[in-house]
Amino acid sequence: MTLNYLLKTALVGLKTNKSRAILTILGITIGITAIITVMSLGKGAQNLILGQVQSIGAKVLTIAPGRHPSGPSDFASTFTDSLKARDLDALQRKENVPHLARIMPILFGSDSVTYENNIHRPSIFGVTSMFADIYDIYPREGRIFSDEEVKGFADAAIIGSKVKEELFGENQALGQKIKIKGKSFKIIGLLPKKGSASFINFDDAAIIPYTTAQQYIFGIKYFHRLVVEADKETNVDQTVSDIEATLRASHGITDPDKDDFFVETQADAMEMVGTITNVLTLFLAAIAAISLLVGGVGIMNIMLVSVTERTREIGLRKAIGATDANILTQFLLESVILTCLGGVLGVTFGAGISLLASIILTKALNQTWGFTVPLTAVLLGLGVSAFIGLAFGLYPARQAAKKSPIEALRYE
Amino acid sequence: MPLIEVKNLEKVYRNDSVATSALAGVSFDINDNEFVAIMGPSGSGKSTLLHVLGFLDDYTGGEYRFDGKTVFDYSKDDIAHVRNQKMGFIFQAFNLLARTSVLDNVKLPLVYSSVPPEKWDEMALKAIESVGLSHRLYHQPSQLSGGEQQRVAIARAIVNNPNVIFADEPTGNLDSKSGGQVMEVIQRLHDEGHTVVLITHETYTAEYAERIITLRDGLIESDRKVMERRRAAEHFVK
Repeated sequence: MTLNYLLKTALVGLKTNKSRAILTILGITIGITAIITVMSLGKGAQNLILGQVQSIGAKVLTIAPGRHPSGPSDFASTFTDSLKARDLDALQRKENVPHLARIMPILFGSDSVTYENNIHRPSIFGVTSMFADIYDIYPREGRIFSDEEVKGFADAAIIGSKVKEELFGENQALGQKIKIKGKSFKIIGLLPKKGSASFINFDDAAIIPYTTAQQYIFGIKYFHRLVVEADKETNVDQTVSDIEATLRASHGITDPDKDDFFVETQADAMEMVGTITNVLTLFLAAIAAISLLVGGVGIMNIMLVSVTERTREIGLRKAIGATDANILTQFLLESVILTCLGGVLGVTFGAGISLLASIILTKALNQTWGFTVPLTAVLLGLGVSAFIGLAFGLYPARQAAKKSPIEALRYE
Repeated sequence: MPLIEVKNLEKVYRNDSVATSALAGVSFDINDNEFVAIMGPSGSGKSTLLHVLGFLDDYTGGEYRFDGKTVFDYSKDDIAHVRNQKMGFIFQAFNLLARTSVLDNVKLPLVYSSVPPEKWDEMALKAIESVGLSHRLYHQPSQLSGGEQQRVAIARAIVNNPNVIFADEPTGNLDSKSGGQVMEVIQRLHDEGHTVVLITHETYTAEYAERIITLRDGLIESDRKVMERRRAAEHFVK
C-alpha cells in the first residue's frame, strides 16, 4: 500500500462530500485562525512594548522605593518614601558609583491643570532636563527647562499634545500661564504627538522641574523614582551593585532581604514585559484552543457517519485483501487530511487577520505595529491540527477496521 | 491434492444463547480448474458455505482445507493476504467503488498486494481487456450498465491471478441478456484455466457449470455432474 495511493483514496473520499468536508473543518479552521491571530498580535504587542523599553536605552536603570511586589496584594509596598535627597547626593558622589553618568529624580501623579475656564487633569511629571534624552522626546516648539531652572524651583512647564488641545484648542499655548494645583506655570515647551501606545503617555502629561513638583504640587520630600544612566552598557551590572551598596549604607541596611528599594535594569524590564505578554498570549491561545476541541468532536462525529456510510466499501476492501491496519490507516489519514486542511486555512486566515490588524493598529496608534506571524505559531497550529485529526479520527478509524467483511458486505 | 477439501463442515451461529445451524456436516472436494455451482433455496446455507470457503468466516465443526491449509493456520493479516492473492470475489451487488474509474477499481486488489506499483497498470489493463471493457477504462461505475459493472467486478476478481474465483449470485441483479454476457465471461475464465465456484439459486445459471452441488437445510442434497452444459454461445443465438 503506497502513501500516494492512500492520499488519492482519501481525497476521493473527501471530494465525494465536499460541502460536508468544508463544514466539518470549519471548527478547526476557526480555532486555528484564533490561535494564529492571538499569537501574532501578542508577538506584535510584545515587539512594540519591547521596542519602547529598548528606546530608553540599555544604559538606563531605574531605582524604585520599597521592594518588588511579591504579588498583586503587595502593591502598596511599592509606594514608600525611602528615596530622599541625601540618597541622590550619595549616588552622585564619584567614589560611591564611579560609572554613574547622569541621575534624574522622578515624581509623578495627576492633578488638575487650568487655563482660563478650561480644566484638564493630565499626568504630572517632575523631572530634570535629562528626561528628553532618556525618553527620546523633544519639544516640537519651545525648549526644555535648564538645570538652573530645576535648581531654582522654576515655574516652567512643558505640555503634551492632548493637554494643549484640551486647554488651548487651536490657540497659541507657548508663553501662556497655566495653573497646576493653584500654582502658576509658564508654558515653555510643547511636546509632539506621540500616540497613546507610548510606554509613558506623554500626550496627556505636564512636565515640570522635580524640585517645583516636590515643593508645590505633591508636597513631599522624597522621590517616586531615580533614573540612572551608566557611562557604558558594559558597566550596568557594576553600577547596579554600586547603587545597592551605596543605598544600603545610606539607609543603614545590612541584610539585602530587607532592602527598601530595588534597582531595575532595562534587561529586567524587558524580561518582565516578555513574560507578561507571553503569559497573556498563551492564556488567550488556550481559550481559542477550546474551539479546537469542539472542532475535533465534529470531526469524530462526521468520520463516524462516514464509516457507517461506507460500510460496504470497507467490507469489499477487506474481502479483497485489505488488512485491519490498511483500513485504519485509510480512515485515519482521511481525518488527518481533513484537520490539516482546516489548519492550513486557519493559518492563512489568521495571518490575513493579523496583517489587517497590524495595518489598522499602525494607523490608530500612530505607532509602527510590526506584522509578524511567529514560526512557532504556524508550527503549533499545523501540529495541533494534525494531532486533532489523529486523536479524534482514531476511534472512527478503529470502528472501521474492526468491521467484519461479511457483516459489512451484507449491510444495506 | 484437491484445491478445496471440505469434510463434515459445520457452522453454528450463536446469538444470545440461541444456536442456529447453517451448515450441518457438508463434505466435498473441488479440484483445480473445476467449475462448480452451489445451488439451493435461500436459507439452505449456500452463502454461509461461500463465506467459509472464501476465508471470510470461520467454522465450528469438521474441517476445511484450502490449498492444504485451514483458516486457523493463518493469522488475521495472513488470511487477508490469502484472500488477496489466491481468491477472487464477485458479488451480486457488484460492490464497485463509486466515483472511481474502471481502471482504479480493477487495480484495487493490487493495492493490497505485494505487486510493485509500476506493474499495476499492465495487470489491470490485461484483466479489463479479458472482460471486453478496454473502451471504458476511465468511466465511473455510475456511467456503466449493470452488466458492464459486473464485468468490471470480474476483472477486479481476476487481476491478481487467483487460484479460485468465488461468484456469489453474479447475475442476481441483472437482466437475462446482461446475465448471459456475465456468464459468458465467467465460462471463458474457466476455459482459460481458472477454478470457479458459483453460488446461485437458479438452475438455469447453475447449468453453466460442470458440476452442481445442491444444498438444503445445511446438508448436501445432491452432487452431480452436468450432462448438458449450457454454453454462453447458445444464449446469444438471436
